[in-house]
Amino acid sequence: MKLGNTRADERVVPGPGAGDGAGHTPARRPKAGPAPRRQIPGFVLSWGLFLILVGMWQLVVRAFGVSIVLVPAPSDVVRSLVDGLQSGFLLEHMWITLKEILIGFGLAIGLALVSAGLITQFRIVDKAFLPILVLIQTIPKVAMAPLLLMWFGIGMTSKVLTIALIAYFPLLVNSILGLRSAEHEQIEMLRSFGASEFQIMRRLRVPMALPHIFAGLDVAVILSVTGAVVAEFVGATGGLGYTIQATNFNMDVARTFAVVVMLSVIGMSLHAVVVTANRWLVFWAPSRKEHARDL
Amino acid sequence: MPTPSHPPTVTDTAVELHHITMRYKAKRGRTVLALDGVSLTVPEGQFLSIVGPSGCGKSTLLKIIMGLTRQSEGEVAFGPARDHENLLGMVFQQPLLLPWRTVAKNMTISHDVGPRRPRADLDERVAEQLDMLGLRDFADQYPSELSGGMQQRVGIGRALLHDPRILLMDEPFGALDAMTRDQMGLDLLDIWERDRKTVLFVTHSIPEAVLLSDRVVVMTPRPGRIAEVIDVDLARPRRLEVINTPEFGEIASRIRVLLNSEHSAH
Repeated sequence: MKLGNTRADERVVPGPGAGDGAGHTPARRPKAGPAPRRQIPGFVLSWGLFLILVGMWQLVVRAFGVSIVLVPAPSDVVRSLVDGLQSGFLLEHMWITLKEILIGFGLAIGLALVSAGLITQFRIVDKAFLPILVLIQTIPKVAMAPLLLMWFGIGMTSKVLTIALIAYFPLLVNSILGLRSAEHEQIEMLRSFGASEFQIMRRLRVPMALPHIFAGLDVAVILSVTGAVVAEFVGATGGLGYTIQATNFNMDVARTFAVVVMLSVIGMSLHAVVVTANRWLVFWAPSRKEHARDL
Repeated sequence: MPTPSHPPTVTDTAVELHHITMRYKAKRGRTVLALDGVSLTVPEGQFLSIVGPSGCGKSTLLKIIMGLTRQSEGEVAFGPARDHENLLGMVFQQPLLLPWRTVAKNMTISHDVGPRRPRADLDERVAEQLDMLGLRDFADQYPSELSGGMQQRVGIGRALLHDPRILLMDEPFGALDAMTRDQMGLDLLDIWERDRKTVLFVTHSIPEAVLLSDRVVVMTPRPGRIAEVIDVDLARPRRLEVINTPEFGEIASRIRVLLNSEHSAH
């Protein structure tokens, strides 16, 4: 949560200065930007606030002698973090969780794209499957985690499937919306050159869908981290979610915080990958705000 | 093979419409008659405009010729050029450019979809086309960097690149401001003078229709019928000054009277 705040600001403010990194991408923004005014860049403000909050946290914990079992001071968390990283303990468990997320997320992307393709291309599939999928969507997916554990065992499979299940629906809905977002006139334009259905799909529908698909990816990538933690809570032999439970049990709260930091590192990195890919592939989209959704 | 064995003469027909009727289902099960028995013969190389009030089905007529919509009754027949692989090209009201493609890439979309079209010297043809449209320096720009008028120019270039025999234009300048509009009309005439394609040009601007056309088809409000076909015998090549001649004024006012009487009859 504490790190999450900065994430939003860093992204929404690609203003002069902050957007240097994207200068060499094919991104083209409208030339008529707001006149450059003297302003403190957003990331300075958010990082400043973040540091102030951490400083206050440290002060309060030390001043009132709060027990380390209740709330550790930031310095304790950092010490535990460095410790865990040096011993390889944190990285080992992070790798387990990351692997689960990558496979589960990949599975969800593949399934969502294929089913969105079928639903938008074939009316029969649309009519038969979409109501069922909407119905399934109303089930809280985390409720399925214990069942999946029972069916697929304590190993990686149950985690991967929980993640895929959670990430699937936002991806599916956005992909369907995206594949349907091409305007009728644009389709007629391609038809006037004799385009086939497949060519319309490839040259128009799929590129048009990309901004929507990336909006879905952005939501799904954060959800899949949650999914991984929940699935490991339910039962696991390794991973960051498992580690949180273990450290909690040992009342090693500083380490629990360290694990939370590692989790948000995963979340932020995956999010950054999605945002970067979006910038490269959807450089032409008129407004980025529309799909820079925050979770 | 695709070109006719004899040189096109004035008598060759580009397209013939036989009693085209268009009905469609509206709300509450009502049937709307959009086009009612439209018959028309367009000779090859003619610039023909279709004017009429909005909703008279003039755009629908172009879509029927293009094959984008199927008429309820009637028949569209093409002349000797009917086997030409690139018979038709269409310019739409909106530029409809693909924002992820550069100007040059938008022009060559005709070679990325549809039947396989020869790509030999495609780059030179694109360059030539861009030159003609005054877009030489914009080949690698994206559509969002262009003004509305320039975008529509790309739309015209896109429809011309595969060199169709018949060009259908559906209010191509409708979304542009008056100044740009006049200039675009004159530029279109310049382009047309080079190879005199058959053009079917839908507009609701009377001066535009008279300035550009050999013949003007005046249509009635819904259901769309042909009220009258008027010949425009103004000398070519035409300049903007022709608008101030009495002949021009006379033809324009005849069309205006026709449109008004059709309006008041309803």
